[in-house]
Amino acid sequence: MSELLAKQSVPALDEGLAKRRAPLPSLRAVFLLWLPAGLAAAAVLLPIVYLILRATGSGASAWALVWQTSTLQIVGRTAWLAFSVTLASTAVAVPLAWLTVRTNLPLRRMWTVLTPLPLVIPSYVGAYLLASALGPRGMLQSWLEGPFGITRLPEIYGFPGALMILTFLSYPFILLSVRAALQKMDPSLEEAARSLGLNSWQTFWRVIFPQLRPAIATGGLLVALYVLRDFGAVSIMRYNTFTRVIYTQYQSSFDRTAAATLALVLVSMTLALLVVETRSRGRARYAASATSSAKPPGVFPLGRWRWPALLFCALIVLLALLIPAGELVYWLVRGLQAGERVTGLFPAVRNSVLASGLAAAATLLAALPVAVASVRRPNFYSRLFERVTYIAFALPGIVIALALVFFAANYALPLYQTLPLLVFAYGILFIPEAVGAARTSLLQVHPSMEEAGRSLGQKPLQVFRKVTLPMVRPGLLAGGGLVFLTTMKELPATLILAPYGFQTLATEVWSAVSEAFFAKAAAPALLLVLVSSLPMALLIFRDMKDR
Amino acid sequence: MSKIAVDCRGLSKQYNGEVALEGLDLSVHAGEILAVLGPSGCGKTTSLRLIAGFENPDAGSITLADRVVANGRKLVPPEKRGIGMVFQDYALFPHLTVFENVAFGLHRRSRSQKQADVRSMLKLVGLENLAQRFPHELSGGQRQRVALARALAPRPILVLLDEPFSNLDADRRSQMREEVRVILKGIKATAIFVTHDQEEALYMGDRLAVLNHGRLEQIGTPEQVFHQPATRFVAEFMGSTDFLPGEVTAAGIHTEIGLLEQPVDLPIGAHVEIALRPDDISFERQAGSQSMVLARHFQGAQNIYRLRLPSGRLVHALQPHTRLIAPGTPVRVSANPGHRLACFYQGEALKPAGN
Repeated sequence: MSELLAKQSVPALDEGLAKRRAPLPSLRAVFLLWLPAGLAAAAVLLPIVYLILRATGSGASAWALVWQTSTLQIVGRTAWLAFSVTLASTAVAVPLAWLTVRTNLPLRRMWTVLTPLPLVIPSYVGAYLLASALGPRGMLQSWLEGPFGITRLPEIYGFPGALMILTFLSYPFILLSVRAALQKMDPSLEEAARSLGLNSWQTFWRVIFPQLRPAIATGGLLVALYVLRDFGAVSIMRYNTFTRVIYTQYQSSFDRTAAATLALVLVSMTLALLVVETRSRGRARYAASATSSAKPPGVFPLGRWRWPALLFCALIVLLALLIPAGELVYWLVRGLQAGERVTGLFPAVRNSVLASGLAAAATLLAALPVAVASVRRPNFYSRLFERVTYIAFALPGIVIALALVFFAANYALPLYQTLPLLVFAYGILFIPEAVGAARTSLLQVHPSMEEAGRSLGQKPLQVFRKVTLPMVRPGLLAGGGLVFLTTMKELPATLILAPYGFQTLATEVWSAVSEAFFAKAAAPALLLVLVSSLPMALLIFRDMKDR
Repeated sequence: MSKIAVDCRGLSKQYNGEVALEGLDLSVHAGEILAVLGPSGCGKTTSLRLIAGFENPDAGSITLADRVVANGRKLVPPEKRGIGMVFQDYALFPHLTVFENVAFGLHRRSRSQKQADVRSMLKLVGLENLAQRFPHELSGGQRQRVALARALAPRPILVLLDEPFSNLDADRRSQMREEVRVILKGIKATAIFVTHDQEEALYMGDRLAVLNHGRLEQIGTPEQVFHQPATRFVAEFMGSTDFLPGEVTAAGIHTEIGLLEQPVDLPIGAHVEIALRPDDISFERQAGSQSMVLARHFQGAQNIYRLRLPSGRLVHALQPHTRLIAPGTPVRVSANPGHRLACFYQGEALKPAGN
């Protein structure tokens, strides 16, 4: 550096001599970009920080609580469920992915479209349908009772029911990720293996499967995260994992320290998974980009295995999709016959749309500065803000809701059980999706576009309005739409935070199922399934148009 | 000498400790096209971005038409500099039509004035029929012209062109090169044009600036830079140059292909390097010579011969296509340039003795 300065000691250059540091952001940039981005990050941290304060405030008792046998049992149960569901989902998803991508399976296109669809069923709806079918007083039992006099079925509440329903709802995560990997896989690797004398079975295990491992890991971690965060299915299945225990604690004893401590233990589990997931995703992406291929992968003839394979696909689709859908229709008809009125749902629909609309707008507004800062002004702070918002992935809705309820009750009583607080919770829950969508669309706008705008005499804000915004608008709207639809399905935060008497579609389903009014739950559940099918339908539609 | 449009003094820029530009002095006269040339990573794009205002110099100053736009204290934002820029990827706004793209930089003008300005600009680049198209409906060459029209429309003090032809295929490139030069000269624009292609620089530039490792190696007319390279790097970069070591003697420079009668201001015995271009070298058959023809490369109108000297060094010689000599033939190699050969002492060019 001294050499550099010495070189410039020409008298005429005095003005240019001062070594410039990175310039401080302008006042406008601080107020329009950095402050909002920082606030968004702070909002995400609020629940965790509050819970930590809450739990540590009570001193040793919280720590003792963590090591209680009952707590460790919950950890064990939760981890065991997550592990089992991931394993079962892998066993279902990998064969499905291979069959639908690489073989001459009959009706392959149809299975390709149908197999990921269980993803659109909210977990409490799935659990409700399972309970109403196989539970005591359920459909199966009532059919069997007449001809066979069977009055008791094997118990489905507890672990078996939770495992079954969560597997059927979450295997699509692995399916989609493995399918993408299979499609990108370089077929010449397989050809090379065959030319080196491996048969197709050996080729699958020694060449294809090792390449699928990153994709399985990515999808599997998503499944495990899904299980850890799930509240609806485990609650309806009455299996005491963290989310259910926290809710019961909150409802029955109002023991804040205990609930806060349990919530923190759950957050540490999800955070650990999230860290692993982030790492593995980086690797998987690298692997995918390294093996780009021009040729589409070849089709494997199934031969006499065609029919067993077909049966397998049909069975999964039947159990995970067709039976639930049929049941919904069945209960709906039963309800209508029993005099349920669809118009009774109008307030819930209105409330759901209102809360979700506000949530989508607020989340997008909060996410935009974070995304702009991280894409256009990459520095320590912008990266920090982005990462912090990403932490929200690890925050189960129940944890955020719990923290906000305590926080509002203590420090912001006017906000307690109000719509703004509920929207705030939604914002924290879904800001990672919104930041992701905004970042993706911003990354597609090359900086030279904005520089061109500047060189043509427009100020930064004008450039943002006239150049950047029009280009990212579709991506932002898609992100907002996704937040809207996800918010509609959200259950635990809505249960805890919704203003008194504010029923949404999700809480309607919940309260009907809690009292075993299966027919009453059908209409709102069906609406929710239809609503959450929208993004999937759009994706499939776009996919078909591309072909 | 005409008015100075841009004046850079001591421009320096580092990225994360990597020197991108170090003490660059550069000035461009009004109406002149300066071609900035150098290998990738030499700092040529950085210099453009500093002048445009997209980056801030660590040190140094930039003066545009007698107005300081960047120095230690003052920093004029890009939108207030009055500089037009043609980007390497054109950066046409995909949501705007050709017309709207070109009109983008025309503010505070009446509607009719805007219309007229855009029309005349599109006419200048020959795209008046495509005004309502969107960028994705245009060919590469057409996009290039829209980018140029958009940059020129606000009548900038200076136009910057960042490798503007690198996205075009070879035959379009030479055609666009010619068109762009005619357009720029037609409106007497001042321009800085960045490229890594020396042929393009020789064609486009009124003057050439050669950069390497963030430093200015030489600035001058195309002829000066080509025939009198200031440094060994410039000689090498300007194309097909062989270097031969030589020793200074009383009579001139002694090399393995004979004595060059070219007096230099160096003590006898000093070691220098001579730059030889293929047209400077000739050879004759000579049985028993230590030098020989290694290969002949047919290039249509001429042949390039690769010759091996006794020391094992290779030089290239340009010969008419009618002269055919088989590889393996022993030859005597000599230099008969008909002009002073560029000669380097410790990497720097030597000035002719006595000057």
